[in-house]
Amino acid sequence: MSLRELYQDMILDHGKQPRNFGLLDNASHQHVGYNPVCGDKLKVYLNEQNNKIIAIQFEGVGCAISMASASLMTEAVKGKSFEEVHTLFNSFHELVTKGNDAETLGKLSVFSGVVEFPIRVKCATLAWHTLKAAIEHNPTSVSTE
Amino acid sequence: MMRDDFPILKTTMHGKPLVFLDSAASAQKPKQVVDAISNFYTTRYANVHRGIYELSATATKIYEETRDVIKQFIKADHHYDIVFVNGTTEGINLVAQSLGRMEWLAGDEVILSEMEHHSNIVPWYLLKEQIGIKLKVIPVDDDGALQLNDYEKLFSSRTKLVAITHASNVLGTINPIKEMIAIAHRHHVPVLIDGAQAIPHMPVNIADLNCDFYLFSAHKLYGPTGIGVLCGKKELLKNMSPYQGGGDMIETVSFEKITYAHLPHRFEAGTPHIAGVIGMKAALQYINQIGMDNVFQHEQELLAYTLPKLKAIPGVRLIGNTSQKVGVISFVIENMHAHDIGTVLDSEGIAVRAGHHCAMPLMQRFNVPATIRVSFGIYNHEQDIDRLIAALHLAKRILS
Repeated sequence: MSLRELYQDMILDHGKQPRNFGLLDNASHQHVGYNPVCGDKLKVYLNEQNNKIIAIQFEGVGCAISMASASLMTEAVKGKSFEEVHTLFNSFHELVTKGNDAETLGKLSVFSGVVEFPIRVKCATLAWHTLKAAIEHNPTSVSTE
Repeated sequence: MMRDDFPILKTTMHGKPLVFLDSAASAQKPKQVVDAISNFYTTRYANVHRGIYELSATATKIYEETRDVIKQFIKADHHYDIVFVNGTTEGINLVAQSLGRMEWLAGDEVILSEMEHHSNIVPWYLLKEQIGIKLKVIPVDDDGALQLNDYEKLFSSRTKLVAITHASNVLGTINPIKEMIAIAHRHHVPVLIDGAQAIPHMPVNIADLNCDFYLFSAHKLYGPTGIGVLCGKKELLKNMSPYQGGGDMIETVSFEKITYAHLPHRFEAGTPHIAGVIGMKAALQYINQIGMDNVFQHEQELLAYTLPKLKAIPGVRLIGNTSQKVGVISFVIENMHAHDIGTVLDSEGIAVRAGHHCAMPLMQRFNVPATIRVSFGIYNHEQDIDRLIAALHLAKRILS
């Protein structure tokens, strides 16, 4: 287990300066995700046109892992269809829970160190669960529990 | 060497000797406690208050004697009775339901503080939902002390109870509860004290405090989980309705008429956590040998050793800066989240708490999502703090 593998430069960079951060006006989908164990909370907004995500932003507070995951997720899913997002979610989940790295993950592979830190899996997946719930128009807030 | 009594301190975490700095969540157990429970199950176990055979009579005797050991430990005089509960949380729920739900009306008020653990907020919030009571909240100042001027102003003719913590599980603040109890009594309002976080760290004298209810859990006091104490004034307890129904809490039962057992058994339905009580007794006897004054002194020395070292780390902000503190320190480090720090400490073999500590209103008060909390037990020593400080420097190198 290596802390450096977990806290790679890209994760620290996105954790400190998350991309696509802030409120998105007139979002077609939005959702709040919450991890009651640690208090991490974030809100994902997106705009969908012709079944494609044309804009996505998030806001919230959390640890470096959860912020970086949300930031890199927004970069990864922009322009993708909901089906493609679903597939990517599954690949990402496989990466952080089983260590299976898929080529399609691209930059998201930077989270490969998470599998060695089971306690932090929820930090890495909070944004993804929230995005999934936003897409599915789940009216209540999503929780990692 | 007292550390030798705690076998877990010889284990490792991630290959490094364990430094346990999370005793405020739950303390480690000395082998005297583990052995007492093991011996009881091995050679003396039987249900209590049941059999006419010797084994049950002996178990009953040890179980009942523990009430006296507890009363001596917290200096509760003949005005008080000891009720076994499964922990502080259950004790507060018991008072909320047996006293509050039965006796209070919509519009009646309970005074809490902003630094309460969720376990001293939610039971009262449930009453608000169930019968429409109102919650009044004593604010916390920037140093983490209760604002006593505001406290006085919260009393009204509808105030039914003050329910406050003796010491904050986040800030470490020791509240001036003796003074606060006297103020409440001038308004003829009883006071419940959540002692979960005070009892492991400092001597407590119930008769001197003159509180009406005092609660604590054994597991934070080097005893087993699942057992705790509600110490209450008999005068109040005797008029309270039963909490749960079942065996052991009744005198006679028919389908037409049930009469309840006397105190304290009226509040102890069903087969109790007998081994838990035995373990708690062993824990109290163990602590008595060390002496609570010495425990307090030891933790104050560790605080004095730790605080300057923490403050010397650039970017560290302490949450809770009162002079009267138990061995509990919360802090944040600029631009670093508590969980990331916690992960680095974990990898260095150091156990601390990182999170909201079941005190979300307090986190909001200090505008932090989470803090790192370091808390002491009797087994901590200066080397633990040196390891902590070194690991915090490592966290800064890794995370920035």
